[in-house]
Amino acid sequence: MAAVQTGRYHRSYNSEFRLWNTTPQITRMVILAIVLVLIPLVFDNYWMALVNTALIASIGAIGLNILVGFTGQISLGQGGFLAVGAFTSAILTDRMGVPVFFSIIGAVLLTAAVGMIFGLPALRLKGLYLAIATLASQMVIIFIVRRWDFLTEGQGFVDVMRLEVFGFSIERANFEQQWYMILLVITIIAAFVATNIFRTGVGRSFMAVRDQDIAASAIGVNLTRAKITAFGVSNGFVGLAGALMAHYTEIISWERFTLDVSIQYLAMIIVGGLGSVAGSIYGAAFITFLPVLTRMLADELGGVAPTLRQQLPAFEHAIFGLTIIVFLILEPKGLNRIWERIKEYFRYWPFRY
Amino acid sequence: MTQFLVLLIYGLSEGAILALAALGFVLIYKATGVINFAQGEFLLIGAYTFYTAFVIFQLPVVVALLIGVVVAVIVGMLVERLILRPMVGQSHISIIMVTIGLAAVLSSIVQMFFGTQPRSMPNVFPTASVPVLEGAVPANRLWVLAVAAVVLTLLTLFFQKSKHGIAMRSVADDEQAAMTVGISVRRIFTMSWGLAAVSALVAGVLLADLTTVEMGIVNFGLMVFPVVILGGLDSVPGTIVGGLTIGLITQFTSGYFDPGLAEIVPYIVLVLILLVRPYGIFGEKRIERV
Repeated sequence: MAAVQTGRYHRSYNSEFRLWNTTPQITRMVILAIVLVLIPLVFDNYWMALVNTALIASIGAIGLNILVGFTGQISLGQGGFLAVGAFTSAILTDRMGVPVFFSIIGAVLLTAAVGMIFGLPALRLKGLYLAIATLASQMVIIFIVRRWDFLTEGQGFVDVMRLEVFGFSIERANFEQQWYMILLVITIIAAFVATNIFRTGVGRSFMAVRDQDIAASAIGVNLTRAKITAFGVSNGFVGLAGALMAHYTEIISWERFTLDVSIQYLAMIIVGGLGSVAGSIYGAAFITFLPVLTRMLADELGGVAPTLRQQLPAFEHAIFGLTIIVFLILEPKGLNRIWERIKEYFRYWPFRY
Repeated sequence: MTQFLVLLIYGLSEGAILALAALGFVLIYKATGVINFAQGEFLLIGAYTFYTAFVIFQLPVVVALLIGVVVAVIVGMLVERLILRPMVGQSHISIIMVTIGLAAVLSSIVQMFFGTQPRSMPNVFPTASVPVLEGAVPANRLWVLAVAAVVLTLLTLFFQKSKHGIAMRSVADDEQAAMTVGISVRRIFTMSWGLAAVSALVAGVLLADLTTVEMGIVNFGLMVFPVVILGGLDSVPGTIVGGLTIGLITQFTSGYFDPGLAEIVPYIVLVLILLVRPYGIFGEKRIERV
């Protein structure tokens, strides 16, 4: 039995519509599922917190990738949109007593709407101009969040109460484990939805806009509608990530949503692979764990170069920047492409190609 | 009236520095088509190199400035050779991201050596107040304005009169045509990064002389975007006008309304310009429409 798919052997449309249709693909998914269930049994709270952060980041990265990787519209406003999602959901639950489930849905819808409004410049602008316009939207949103006292009641931050959905509330003792299960389910659903968007006409129109917008409009894609929908769908995911971030960290303030956050998310999709849902998840995990790995490296090298440990934030930042540069120069298609190459290697084995 | 005059001088001097920083950005964008998000980091490196030579090694101002120029040219050329050249022909998104990565690397290298503490530098220019009309204006602001004006004039002359300047303009206009008449496009690419770094060095040193030497200089780099969009991306006079306008708008907003709002106003201006006249005041009407 071949370890990977060797060709296309569909005998019916039904088999072609399936997401996974070969035994090896299904086997890989089963192995992955077992690993995911085992994670909370193996890791302690510190690592579980990182895993949970990575899961939330995955949802945000999937959202950004829909816009940047699949539709080709660059956005530097991710941090601002996360803030919209986080504050909406937090305020709806805490101050208006809306059940969490509905407040998260509210956050998704509102962020999508805000995203569509800030996406309007994309109708006329491309490349550099769009990057700068979204940079402006990031600055403006964060300014509003900082100055609008209604949001934080003048405290500068919002305290969010512990999560309680449909009568189930998170226990203090198993905080990370229970959150892991919730976030895992939501991330899987998000990844599934995102994958399927690109099997529909709407998703295909996004990709057509990315590849060649004039050609896309020539074959009948409504550019205006495609771009605005892309901003909406993408920021819906981002709003979901922001809302989950608010409920998971239980405290939010504007400092968590600065331009640096936007850049981190862009780094995630660059490292993971532009235009790939799986890649967004790899990239989110990679960028979330990078500071931890850097800290370990600094500890190892501490004997030789003590400055690395003293200047840890700067060292982390340098490694972060280097990662982006190295990936862009050596493997612009990211981790996803590396994983595909590994699969190809096994497919052709024992031949080179 | 007095406050107006003070704000005017403050705005003009800061605007002149902004224009210098933005000129470096425009230089790189025109010649190589690269959108450089690391312009603020070049200011930072310039300021810290000058600080090291001038304060730590106690060298005279002129020598310190020369060392700064040499370091800036080397850094600029290395960046072009090692990072941007492999990226030629990649998409906009990749090139923007590579300069963002570069910004992270450069600023953290500076931070590793100097920490985050602001350093004070003995003033290069006299700080005594100069009476102007009814008000009093610190002399160093006027000096900064004068120096920036001289450097900007020199750069403009360089583009119009010198052989290299004309070669750079021809590459910006049409790479292939420039190549056929025997201009080395690669050399021009490297040269424009070096020159942009020098222009950023001057901006960084002037800014450091007005305030302190600190990591916050980086934030000046982001203000370059409103300036270049306002002035038009490919025009030197436009950059100067854009820089002065943004400097004045920021100072007047912060003086008459709200210092917090002043940080945002340039971006609001930017969005308005993008909506009304995306090619800026002096730019060529070449923007791609969809």
